[in-house]
Amino acid sequence: MEAMTTQDTTDTLDVARIRADFPIFDRHGEKPLHFLDSAASSQRPIQVLAMMDEYYETTHANVHRGVYGLAERATEQYEDSRVAVGAFVGAPDPSREIIFTKNATESLNLVSNSFARGLFAPGDKVVLTKMEHHANLVPWLMVKDQMGIEIVYIDHDADGYLDLDGLDAKLDGAKLVSLTLCSNVLGTLNPVKEIAARAHDAGALVVADGAQYVPHIATDVQDLGIDMLAFTGHKMLGPTGIGVLWAKAELLERMPPFLGGGDMILDVRLDGYTPNEIPYKFEAGTPPIAEAIGLGAAVKYLSALGMDKVRAHEIALSEYAFRRFEEEFGRDLVVHGPKNPLDRGGVLSFAYRNVHPHDISQVLDQFGVCVRAGHHCAKPLMRTLGVAATARASLYIYNDESDVEGLIEAIAATRSFFG
Amino acid sequence: MQGLEDLYREIILDHYKNPRNSGQLDSPPAHRAEGYNPLCGDEVAVYVANDGDRIVDIKMSGQGCSISRSSASLMTVAVKGKSVAEAREAIRTFKNMMSIHEAALGAEAEDQVGPADLRTLGELAALQGVVKFPVRIKCATLAWNTLSQLLDEIEAGESN
Ligand SMILES: Cc1ncc(COP(=O)(O)O)c(C=O)c1O
Repeated sequence: MEAMTTQDTTDTLDVARIRADFPIFDRHGEKPLHFLDSAASSQRPIQVLAMMDEYYETTHANVHRGVYGLAERATEQYEDSRVAVGAFVGAPDPSREIIFTKNATESLNLVSNSFARGLFAPGDKVVLTKMEHHANLVPWLMVKDQMGIEIVYIDHDADGYLDLDGLDAKLDGAKLVSLTLCSNVLGTLNPVKEIAARAHDAGALVVADGAQYVPHIATDVQDLGIDMLAFTGHKMLGPTGIGVLWAKAELLERMPPFLGGGDMILDVRLDGYTPNEIPYKFEAGTPPIAEAIGLGAAVKYLSALGMDKVRAHEIALSEYAFRRFEEEFGRDLVVHGPKNPLDRGGVLSFAYRNVHPHDISQVLDQFGVCVRAGHHCAKPLMRTLGVAATARASLYIYNDESDVEGLIEAIAATRSFFG
Repeated sequence: MQGLEDLYREIILDHYKNPRNSGQLDSPPAHRAEGYNPLCGDEVAVYVANDGDRIVDIKMSGQGCSISRSSASLMTVAVKGKSVAEAREAIRTFKNMMSIHEAALGAEAEDQVGPADLRTLGELAALQGVVKFPVRIKCATLAWNTLSQLLDEIEAGESN
């Protein structure tokens, strides 16, 4: 059975129709659910859930192993998803270049560990930014501890724009640059294409963290000119437990494997092993089969909506939020990061008067408004912002102006406790 | 916002807006310990000046939400001038009030903090509403765990 897909033929997203595809919005109870935490994890539509159920109900067997029909069909669906996910980000050779992992964090650890096992030498330079999620920071710090690589950081200004002065000096002699396409705190869309071109001129490889970008903006790895891309299924309508690493085939060929075990080998002897060909070389053990298939359904859903429309919707809704915040709260509410919606994703980290983010999100919860409060796994960035935590509202395809209004009403209600 | 009134009692908001014993003590001679809540970045530093077994002065500083700040403030008031043993008893009673509910948010949990205990808790009883919001329990207990650790250090140091 083909999963049903919402075909949208108008210029803008039909949010009411989209919401009808997401069971969580009916099942939530009497209060409307203002789910504004998709940057932490999105909700998923019935098309994704049904696809996974159907797989388990009709098809499941281990992949790449059985010769019987059921196992063949499972393998085929798993491999079809690989190709669909690869096509979604413009991978030139998706059946060889897409590696399924557990999440973006594992994808980035795969890269750092693999490089530490053969491609880095002590003293090699890695360039990061100061706005990275811990997932794109700690793996490199671990390699630093392990073998003594040098890490240098690209700064950013008070509005959350990267400071590219002196970039060439930082890139000089660098082996690798790893940076986020979109900050999960500031929302900043970084000029990765430009940085990648300059990094390549300096002889460095480029890893992009697309966890907050791929779900929201049409992504083309070839146009971006990057070498590797990490992203995660659960932030883009897919299930948890599935992440992706895309990397150029010739690079994957050179990279040593990360995890060892079944499936990732061609031959094993008592004194050694021969790794499998790519991408299997990097997929040790039974993979998250149903999750990969669910992610395939998710990218199909997003493609049917049209990623350009998804982006246009988020820009329009961000503009609306900025305008309404200004009208209602003036200077009492400050959104961190770029003020121009075109320069940012739909991630709105904000401070409201002196109310602590925990207290804000607690009051908001009473209004059915879900936002994230905390350090967003970006403690170095929090320190440069001079705060311990922020409240963050993030927008996606199923949000509309009523969610922004719900947020505003709830923020105003914090006054009854916090003056 | 019925539920929230239980959490944000007036006493709590008062201690949040006007924290008691806020600041630092020179250490040494005072003892100092820090606590962090890695989940949300809240931090607290507790300073204790003791005269033998007695807590003659206590101060706290740091940053955090209304629950963590007011709980720290209420704690300083509860233990200032008390003996170390009395402070430990207050910590035990307070943590009990937090943890029994953590384990069983149900009704029978109420009996476990008896009326006598509630009386010894005094103003601290205002924090009881926190247990209905389990994610906030860590905010409320941060300063108390830090004090507990500090008392351990004081006793270990002085027995050497
Ligand atoms: C920018 C960024 N990178 C990486 C991650 C890690 O994603 P995951 O937890 O799915 O591995 C996140 C998610 O929080 C993120 O926002």
